[in-house]
Amino acid sequence: MKFGVVRFPGSCDDVDALLAARRVGEAELLWHADADLRGVDAVIVPGGFSYGDYLRCGAIARFAPVMVEVERFARHGGLVLGICNGFQVLCEAGLLPGALLPNVSLRFVCRQVTLEVVEGSSPWLRGIRDPLSIPCKHTTGRYWAPDPVLDELEANGQLALRYLPGHNFNGSARDIAGVTNAAGNVLGLMPHPEHAVDLLTGSADGLRLFQAAAA
Amino acid sequence: MIADRHRELGLTDAEYDEIVEQLGRTPNQVELAMFSLMWSEHCGYKHSKRLLKTLPVEGGRLVLGPGENAGAVAVGDLAVAFKVESHNHPSAVEPFQGAATGVGGILRDVFAIGARPIAILDSLRFGEPERSPRSRYLLEHAVAGIGHYGNSIGVATVGGEIYFESAYEQNCLINAMCVGLIERERLIRSAAAGVGNVVVLFGARTGRDGIGGASVLASAELDEGDAAKRPSVQIGDPFEEKKLLECSLELLDRGLLVALQDLGAAGLTSASSEMAAKGGLGIDLDVRRVPLREADMEPFEIMVSESQERMLCVLEPARVDEVLAVCGRWQVNATAIGEVTGSGRLRVFDGEALVGDMPVGALVDECPVYELEPLEPARPIYPAPPRTVPAHSDPATLLTALLGSANLASRRPVFEQYDCVVGSRTVRRPEQADAAVLVLDQTGAGGVSIAVSIDGNGRRVAADPYRGAVEAVLECAANLACVGAEPLGLTNCLNFGNPEKPHIAWQLTRAVAGLGDACRALGVPVVGGNVSLYNEGGDGPIFPTPVVGMVGELPDARRSGRLGFSVAGDAVALIAAASWSPSPAASELAKLRGEAPQGDLPAADLHELPALHAVIRQAVRGGALRSAHDVAEGGLAVALAECCIAGGLGAVVELDLADEALLFGEGPGAFVVSGPAEALRAFGAHARVLGEVGGDALVLGAGVSIPVADLARVHADGLARLM
Repeated sequence: MKFGVVRFPGSCDDVDALLAARRVGEAELLWHADADLRGVDAVIVPGGFSYGDYLRCGAIARFAPVMVEVERFARHGGLVLGICNGFQVLCEAGLLPGALLPNVSLRFVCRQVTLEVVEGSSPWLRGIRDPLSIPCKHTTGRYWAPDPVLDELEANGQLALRYLPGHNFNGSARDIAGVTNAAGNVLGLMPHPEHAVDLLTGSADGLRLFQAAAA
Repeated sequence: MIADRHRELGLTDAEYDEIVEQLGRTPNQVELAMFSLMWSEHCGYKHSKRLLKTLPVEGGRLVLGPGENAGAVAVGDLAVAFKVESHNHPSAVEPFQGAATGVGGILRDVFAIGARPIAILDSLRFGEPERSPRSRYLLEHAVAGIGHYGNSIGVATVGGEIYFESAYEQNCLINAMCVGLIERERLIRSAAAGVGNVVVLFGARTGRDGIGGASVLASAELDEGDAAKRPSVQIGDPFEEKKLLECSLELLDRGLLVALQDLGAAGLTSASSEMAAKGGLGIDLDVRRVPLREADMEPFEIMVSESQERMLCVLEPARVDEVLAVCGRWQVNATAIGEVTGSGRLRVFDGEALVGDMPVGALVDECPVYELEPLEPARPIYPAPPRTVPAHSDPATLLTALLGSANLASRRPVFEQYDCVVGSRTVRRPEQADAAVLVLDQTGAGGVSIAVSIDGNGRRVAADPYRGAVEAVLECAANLACVGAEPLGLTNCLNFGNPEKPHIAWQLTRAVAGLGDACRALGVPVVGGNVSLYNEGGDGPIFPTPVVGMVGELPDARRSGRLGFSVAGDAVALIAAASWSPSPAASELAKLRGEAPQGDLPAADLHELPALHAVIRQAVRGGALRSAHDVAEGGLAVALAECCIAGGLGAVVELDLADEALLFGEGPGAFVVSGPAEALRAFGAHARVLGEVGGDALVLGAGVSIPVADLARVHADGLARLM
């Protein structure tokens, strides 16, 4: 299993995602300006502030040459994981429904949160049933979509991850922490599973997403 | 009239005459602007150079000492680079950008020697937030600025400290520390080398922001005209710096550079003259080639601009194309603006025209150095704060008041605004232990780690500059001991008032003496630092505030200590030096009682305490202790409460409730630890068992029992309600 981690100018958690993926398989960085996925089996769009995110988060990154290939890969069923800024980018690219808005506090918040796996059919979540303790850190992570869309996503089983009560600090609609596309091969989430891959640094729960994808 | 302009630029008449003497003629506008910055307190250390020479700067694991962009100590094959710096005056004018660019500047100092930044810490001081809306405003915006920069660039902010005192009402302090890693043999210096080599400026374009920042802002007292100084504050762009960071490290990885230097205070003037001075060479620069953000900038403006996110490097002519290509890939501007010469002069050209020509040595080394004239003040300088606890309060009331006070309350509302996990190294986060712990190997193997802490308590230094400064060093080392780390090196930032005043000179002299003695006792070299003077306004000087940052090493990340009680039934013990003699003088309790920061601080036994730290360190490393916490502000009772809150567990101890000095007194040399009773017995006479962990209340003695939930609530709300 080979993971590719996209690196935009301003990506911050790219090396963390690379290290996490290497615990379960091979991994390499994918340069934003190259429209080439180098034959990887799964793509991770990492956290950070792509192109500075001085415009709407992810709005510029979705036009990067590499994203043309990521979109093609995703629409052919390739495994794509968007973490934090990566989730924002995938929403901007139309690969995932909804949008991420500023936190209700309007502040950056870094906090360990607990997630419930609501729907485990995505290859990124297969076999995971226990709650996951994972760090979450962002200013723009309030998931939003119109109610009819949320109803439809819920009915389709796309609302994959929810914050447990008391853990939804950003004010996301219906406590949504992560969503998938209709096929389930694309998952986006605000919390950072790549920062929960070792008990030494707090939790190993996030590693299970990488393991699930590699299985 | 140029003869008067030197005064506006902060130079004395005698200094101006000295410049004329050095040049052999009167300086032109470009030269005068450049001299005024290089001979400012900020760049020239006019009032502190002689004192700083008394600090121990060698020995132990030192790899790089003072004088480079950052210092470094050895850990295995790696060098751990670190430095603390102030950005006080800009932050008092514009807290968000002031604090943000403070972080940006210290990050550049660390990657200028080739190290990848892995951690940021910060030390902040503001006026009383209860009474001062301005202090709440400064706090909120400074914290947001630090977070904005550190979070956006992807470097973890892992620790820090904040104190609130009315002495900082007019002059807040924003000190930022950065820690970085590099393989030892890959460290790069800033000395220019190789006559004919090319000087390349890369990073952001140069604008008018920050012009005169070093002289106007950093070297004079603030007054009513602050708003007019707003244009002197730099604007930060963390995205630009992130690209600059990755680009710089790639240039070094490829071995393309001869020397590297960041542009900080005094911009191009300081960067170029210091590179030339260190190499014993000269540099010719052409300001017309500098990419500008604003048209029509004067040559002197280009030379002194403090626009952020810029670096200067020296390379061989054959490497220019390759360097520009790497910069292009990172979308970073890069322009060859000059060359290294053998002239020993810094020559500034505007196209063909020579607009400045100065001996490098005159700029960098000939800045006049002044003798301080210290005089101990006859009367205390600082007024008493208002009393906030009733007289004759019982211990439970005092403990609750202390835990909820702005100085001791939980820092969670602040540190939650910082990313503490990026980089995959953070083994101990804020409020998990007395120091942050960062593992060197990120693949899960554990192993060698570093611990970092930053400390300084101005009220203690105000009461006794010597003992207070000794305490700051010991406190930092004690924090490292609690996670099992041995101190390797120290960086300091000396935040003081106007050193031309005898009582400030006395504070500075005594504090530096204390720092030096404590460092020598611990065997820890000073690797570098920064001085911020003239921190005073109409209401008088700040508390003398030496801030100390320390880096330590521990052999196994998996054995990193924690501060919270974790197992019911564990024994709770006080491990204290024989010389430990806590006193209410200048304590947090004294402050709540409305007492001025004065009185006799207990002396620290500099032979005994390093040995005590070693005992704690070894016990943590050996796994004998399940928790270890340094007894500091608020004394033993507060330390016990913090252990309960952090672990979510109560404790039952038996203390003499009439002994206020024991409960709330402060002074170096004591730790609260927990662990199996038989393990604690191994400490012999060192350890005094106080009781045991368990239940859901902290019981200090007969009749004093406070539910941990209540302690936690007060602790959580104390600062949160002010933000």
